[in-house]
Amino acid sequence: MAYGDFLIQQNLNFTIDRGDVFIIMGGSGCGKSTLLKTLIGLHPPAKGDVFYEAQNFWKTDADERVLIMRRIGVLYQSGALFSSLTLSENIALPLAEFTGMGRAEIQDIVSYKLALVGLAGFEDYYPAEISGGMQKRAGLARAMAMDPEILFFDEPSAGLDPVSARLLDDLIINLRDTLGTTIVVVTHELASIFAIGNNSVFLDPETKTMLATGPPKTLLAESTDPKIIQFLTRGERNVKQSSANCANSL
Amino acid sequence: MLQPLQMNSNPRHDNTGEVGIVYKAAGEDTATLQFTGVWIQGAAVAKPVGTVIAELSSGQRLCRVLLQTHDLTEWDSRLPAYLVQIVDWCQQKGIPVDVSGLPEGVQGLLTLARAVPERSGARRSERGASMLAEVGKTVLHGLKDAKGLVYFIGEAILAVVAFLRGKARFRPVDLVLCIQDAGPSALPIVTLISLLVGLILAFVGAVQLSMFGAQIYIADLVGLGTVREMGALMTAVIMSGRTGAAYAAQLGTMNVNSEIDALKTMGISPVEFLVLPRILALVLMMPLLALYADLMGIIGGALVTVSVFDVSLIQYYNETRRAVHLHDFGIGIGKSLVFAILIAVAGCMRGMQCGRSASAVGDAATAAVVNSIVYIVVADSLITLICSRLGI
Repeated sequence: MAYGDFLIQQNLNFTIDRGDVFIIMGGSGCGKSTLLKTLIGLHPPAKGDVFYEAQNFWKTDADERVLIMRRIGVLYQSGALFSSLTLSENIALPLAEFTGMGRAEIQDIVSYKLALVGLAGFEDYYPAEISGGMQKRAGLARAMAMDPEILFFDEPSAGLDPVSARLLDDLIINLRDTLGTTIVVVTHELASIFAIGNNSVFLDPETKTMLATGPPKTLLAESTDPKIIQFLTRGERNVKQSSANCANSL
Repeated sequence: MLQPLQMNSNPRHDNTGEVGIVYKAAGEDTATLQFTGVWIQGAAVAKPVGTVIAELSSGQRLCRVLLQTHDLTEWDSRLPAYLVQIVDWCQQKGIPVDVSGLPEGVQGLLTLARAVPERSGARRSERGASMLAEVGKTVLHGLKDAKGLVYFIGEAILAVVAFLRGKARFRPVDLVLCIQDAGPSALPIVTLISLLVGLILAFVGAVQLSMFGAQIYIADLVGLGTVREMGALMTAVIMSGRTGAAYAAQLGTMNVNSEIDALKTMGISPVEFLVLPRILALVLMMPLLALYADLMGIIGGALVTVSVFDVSLIQYYNETRRAVHLHDFGIGIGKSLVFAILIAVAGCMRGMQCGRSASAVGDAATAAVVNSIVYIVVADSLITLICSRLGI
């Protein structure tokens, strides 16, 4: 992956299985969000392929790609709600465009999805009238509107208080368990990583490649890579040594 | 308040309130820097760190640099920011630095500032690029712009084709809102400007025509000038400032807020969903606005002619009808259609290509207006040239 000549990440190779809660983790600026953009069809890879089942996502023609994209839902970091539409119009938009359902039926689904994320009764509010955390939850309701097979989350807990973040984690697990949705989460929240992730990939900004893939708990227990251990233990297992290094180097 | 930094061979104990560095040679190959006084941002002038480093590197080869403080009364980020450069320089030269003479807090901050090494390639190397490089960059930027324009026009045409085949995905209510915004809402300002332009045309013509008593021909001048030229042109200028800029700002903000990404991942083409209704609204409304502007311009001209130059309203009306033909209206309306497309394309393109920051939205709106006015004037000249060649 690259922006122009600026290389972000290379030599990535990992598999996300159906029903996984897959974590894309790594330090700030390592290319997590760019990887997400490549996976959801917003940023073509400079080289390499993304496969959805047997379909080569970026090499297939644009119409096919759009069909694949309709099977996924994305929750953006900011929520990315359409600011000129009310919450219910936001959630109704994909339903109205892609299903032939009547208005009343769509309204029922909209109300149900809003209730699911704890926003029952907020149908007629505009995004600017509700708080950031609520916008995020409404964004999730919209991402879930079409019951997607795969849900992508870009930093879901950023800007949420600990309790809301925990509730979101519960919701994610719930979705996976009840609907069988495959979930891909870009995050660096350790609590979430261990609570929900059953598989992961770790990106490193310095070597510009992935250092490991596997369940986060296994990585913590078995990895020997100092960067991964430092990340997964908040640097506690490694920080003394490195600060000693710094002092020596002075 | 500001005192010059002094560099003495003896430590000074009595000077508080001054930023000082005392430089003493402890041994032949050891340099000791003592920091004294108040090291607070904005407190007093310190010797530039470059000079200190230059002085350290003159002299004989150093084996050790001692950093110490003496009577340091107060300090903030200024001190570590200064020290870190000296430490970095020593590191480069391979000279050991002893910081144990510094306050513990300063030592801690120094360690912190140097804990994460600068990421290789992170620093931009564009500073002070040569003129040739600037020219090259400008040309490349221009090429990229042109490519973006062609790409966008292609997408817009595909969207229009999809619309004509009845397959375009957009909300009809959005089209209605855009029409409301680009049409009726613009009437007051179009009224004002067109009326005044008609008035100005009448006065300009009157100065010349009244010299040989041909005031009646003011009607010809105002009528033809407005219908063929000024009606469409002034409407276009108003709409590029009013609607073109609004399109760029709206779409740019949606881009900043990832709303356009969200549309794409929903499988909805943002060009069909956002750009198409805007282009359609302008293309539908601009000819009507231009027609309305023509009427207002003629009324403006009539006001002046009838009230100042002793021509009756009936005379003015008849002269206008004699002078202005249907094909003149055709030319004016044709122009306004072209202008509508140019304004909508410039506005929407700048919005869609907007960067992801608040200042980028402002730039996009500015660029949209500047571009569309340039396009409008160029297109107008071309059309006028063609019309005069064809004799219509």
